[in-house]
Amino acid sequence: MVKKNWREFARNNVVTIMFIVVCAVCMMFSGYTPSYVMYELFGRLSRNAFIVLALIIPIVAGMGINFAITIGAMAAQIACILVLEWGLQGFGSFLAAAALTVPMAALFGFGIGKILNKMKGQEMIGGMILGYFANGLYQLLCLFIFDNIIPINNPNLTIKGSSGIANTIDLSKAGGMGGTLEKLWQLPVSQAVLVFALVIAAGLVIGHVRSHRKDAKKLGIQLGALAIVCVLMQLPVMKNLFSMVKVPMATFGIVALLCLFNVVLMRTRLGQQFRAVGQNRTVANAAGINVDKVRIIAITISTVLAGWGQLIFVQNLGAFQTYGAADQVGLYAGAAILVGGASVVRATNTQALLGTVLFHLMFILAPAAGKNLFGDAAIGEYFRVFMCYGVIALALVMHAWSSIAPKKKHHKATDKA
Amino acid sequence: MAAEYILEMKNITKRYGENKVLSDVSLKIRPGEIHALLGENGAGKSTLMNVLFGMPVIHATGGFEGEVLIDGQSTTIASPHDAMLKGIGMVHQEFMLLPGFTITENIKLNREITHPSLLSRVFGKNLETLDMAAMSQDARRALDSVGMSIDEYTLVKGLPVGYMQFVEIAREIDKTGVKLLVFDEPTAVLTESEAAQLLRVMKSIAQKGIAIIFITHRLDEVIEAADGVTILRDGKFVCETRTADTTVTQLAELMIGRKGESAFVTADPREFPEDTPVALKIRHLAVDMPGEQVKDVSLDIREGEIFGIGGLAGQGKVGIPNGIMGVYDSEGDVELFGEPVRLNDAHAALKSGMAMVSEDRRGVGLLLDESIEDNIVFNAMQVSGEFTKSLLGAKLKDSRKIREHANEMIRELDIRCFGAVQHTGTLSGGNQQKVCIARALTMNPKLIFVSEPTRGIDIGAKKLVLETLVKLNREKGMTVVMVSSELMELRSICDRIAIVAEGEVVDILPVNSSDADFGLAMSGIKPGSASGKEA
Repeated sequence: MVKKNWREFARNNVVTIMFIVVCAVCMMFSGYTPSYVMYELFGRLSRNAFIVLALIIPIVAGMGINFAITIGAMAAQIACILVLEWGLQGFGSFLAAAALTVPMAALFGFGIGKILNKMKGQEMIGGMILGYFANGLYQLLCLFIFDNIIPINNPNLTIKGSSGIANTIDLSKAGGMGGTLEKLWQLPVSQAVLVFALVIAAGLVIGHVRSHRKDAKKLGIQLGALAIVCVLMQLPVMKNLFSMVKVPMATFGIVALLCLFNVVLMRTRLGQQFRAVGQNRTVANAAGINVDKVRIIAITISTVLAGWGQLIFVQNLGAFQTYGAADQVGLYAGAAILVGGASVVRATNTQALLGTVLFHLMFILAPAAGKNLFGDAAIGEYFRVFMCYGVIALALVMHAWSSIAPKKKHHKATDKA
Repeated sequence: MAAEYILEMKNITKRYGENKVLSDVSLKIRPGEIHALLGENGAGKSTLMNVLFGMPVIHATGGFEGEVLIDGQSTTIASPHDAMLKGIGMVHQEFMLLPGFTITENIKLNREITHPSLLSRVFGKNLETLDMAAMSQDARRALDSVGMSIDEYTLVKGLPVGYMQFVEIAREIDKTGVKLLVFDEPTAVLTESEAAQLLRVMKSIAQKGIAIIFITHRLDEVIEAADGVTILRDGKFVCETRTADTTVTQLAELMIGRKGESAFVTADPREFPEDTPVALKIRHLAVDMPGEQVKDVSLDIREGEIFGIGGLAGQGKVGIPNGIMGVYDSEGDVELFGEPVRLNDAHAALKSGMAMVSEDRRGVGLLLDESIEDNIVFNAMQVSGEFTKSLLGAKLKDSRKIREHANEMIRELDIRCFGAVQHTGTLSGGNQQKVCIARALTMNPKLIFVSEPTRGIDIGAKKLVLETLVKLNREKGMTVVMVSSELMELRSICDRIAIVAEGEVVDILPVNSSDADFGLAMSGIKPGSASGKEA
């Protein structure tokens, strides 16, 4: 029985386990020091976690991985261009871009939702193709409409000697938004852990006081675990490991807020509707839920969150490729959440975060490992792209497989009876 | 005080185009009454319920004539949601439950109890937090009233089927202001003890003043649980009676009745001596066909016989040929003229000398975008390699031979078409059916299954199809197994008729058995044993 449970566990988490193994092997051959890997990882986590978390709601609502988040990312990039054109500066320009992203992304999300409602069951491929199509419109906007029809006065934004938006948008010039979110408040890991632990502990205590079932034992265990983590992080070994890391508190705070939002939302009437629609549209409809509307809301929220995610991403990097930055967003975020053990019908915060960690760990390690093993960094580069598509394909096959498996089992059971 | 009847449906007439599916049907339900609605498939039960629930399909096809009164007040029911608001609930046959939700969440789906939260103050009522404690209290109360002690936080996934049925009922009871509940074949999926419990629960609900419409085909349950019965036949109102004044046999007789139209093809039934060789021997056949589950069927079909398989829709009769021919997953032992038939292998089944005319003409039967001639020879070409010629080692279609054969079939079966190259998708239903038969015949089968051969085709075509079957049987000695919901058709050409109910053969009856016997068999009671039950 125990053995069978293990096998089941391994089968359900084959992607995650495979990735942990790959990362471990790459770590051995990369030659990087752990503290450097941690430094890189924290940087990548802070800019990528948000957009991966944006995928959860559509998955819960039964629409699979929302590959159309690329369109939300485009909204964020348009917002960036406009903010620069208007000459806004510093952290304020970041906030303005974030505010500007909302109406655009919401509008796009609404449109995507409308279209996906016409192609129920094919949302994933539909969203992906919509992303490609939207890319064409985005290019039309940036190459032709901006600067030709809508005048662009900021010379840094346009192609020199021609018309249209330049290939690279630089956000890190003096007064740019690049890195402003990170610079708000940075702490070493040992102190950052204390801050987050304090907030979580406060949350737990408040939750306990307001809860109907006052489970003091559970609260004690949770607080104890937090304390242990805090103490562990103060050990010299740990301090050494994270010596290069400066935690951008605001960025991680926003990620934490989004996780909290995902949790709280699922406990509301709307969240219940997401879950009901995700499980069975017919039943939800029979209960009087407006299925189409719920699906549009799910996609709209996801698109807006993806827009913010892309904004965090580009301000962290300090620059973006106008015509390429959004292309792979959906694919990478989708692969990341799948690596964390999510499926196209089930996803949680933990899976999204774990997936982001593992996926980017491989991104960091694979080129170096490839170089050391085969004498060529391009092999590692090839390897990580290959893994990215491989993971998505594997996850889809696993999903098809696991939906057939129970049926067979059921068949056998009835035969015996 | 309230009106005498909680629901009255007066002189309901409903047409789908030319086709009158309900004519002048009336139904009266008193408060707190369990009222059974009886009828064969196609008698109009579901259409009547669709009218009651204001289903879109009714409004989209021109509405209906007649009047619906609730509590003595004439009303119009615009939609299923409207019906719910007016206090009419439905316990579905297909469970409308979400497996990943707890029982509480299912019972309160879209009627959640909430309290305001930070999010809802900003974004509106839809973001109010669920009050699980209050919801589970309501669920508990509803579960108690259907006699279920199970924990209300249990996930629906993994519950036994019977429990799901009770959760479904609990959900309907929990809705405020329910006056009338419709139970659609609620006992079909239950075990005997669960069914008995269900009947008890129905009685206790009725005692609280909620009326129940009980749709079922199990006549003994009607006698046991219902107060009144309304019987429909062919879309017409047959009678309304108190169960106290009637018997199972009477009900069975009324339900089947003599159909208005007389048989248009008659072939006298023949007695076969006991030592006639067995053409098809079926032992413990189980077929996993959705909606037509076969549980355990054993039959001996004699050589040269026209064997009928009847029964109500959804009871499994259609599953038998589909299982044997390898269309759906099946298990058991089947022998054709003493040779074992490999199950779950359509190719082997065809090769062994059986052919089938499917009930799903347009889905399984025909390639609608291909010509008549290609459809006719398709199986023969694929399975036995006929109608092909070799050229340089490759097998090519032998167009001339195909054309000759197709024209011959068109002549013989009187397929009305422009020619052998016409696409089958453009043919009428009757002619499509003939193409299906032609294809089956092209295989030169020793035994042919015909499943619902006359469904959806006009009378002229029906006559021709049935005549063809008789001719094949009498002239070529082909064994025919005909599966049909139309009892009259079976009686007109078959030698013996097996009645299937709930995936098993209830009895094999001679063609001239009484209506009551057929009616009883269809509701799962072996004729002859019924008299004991009535006493």
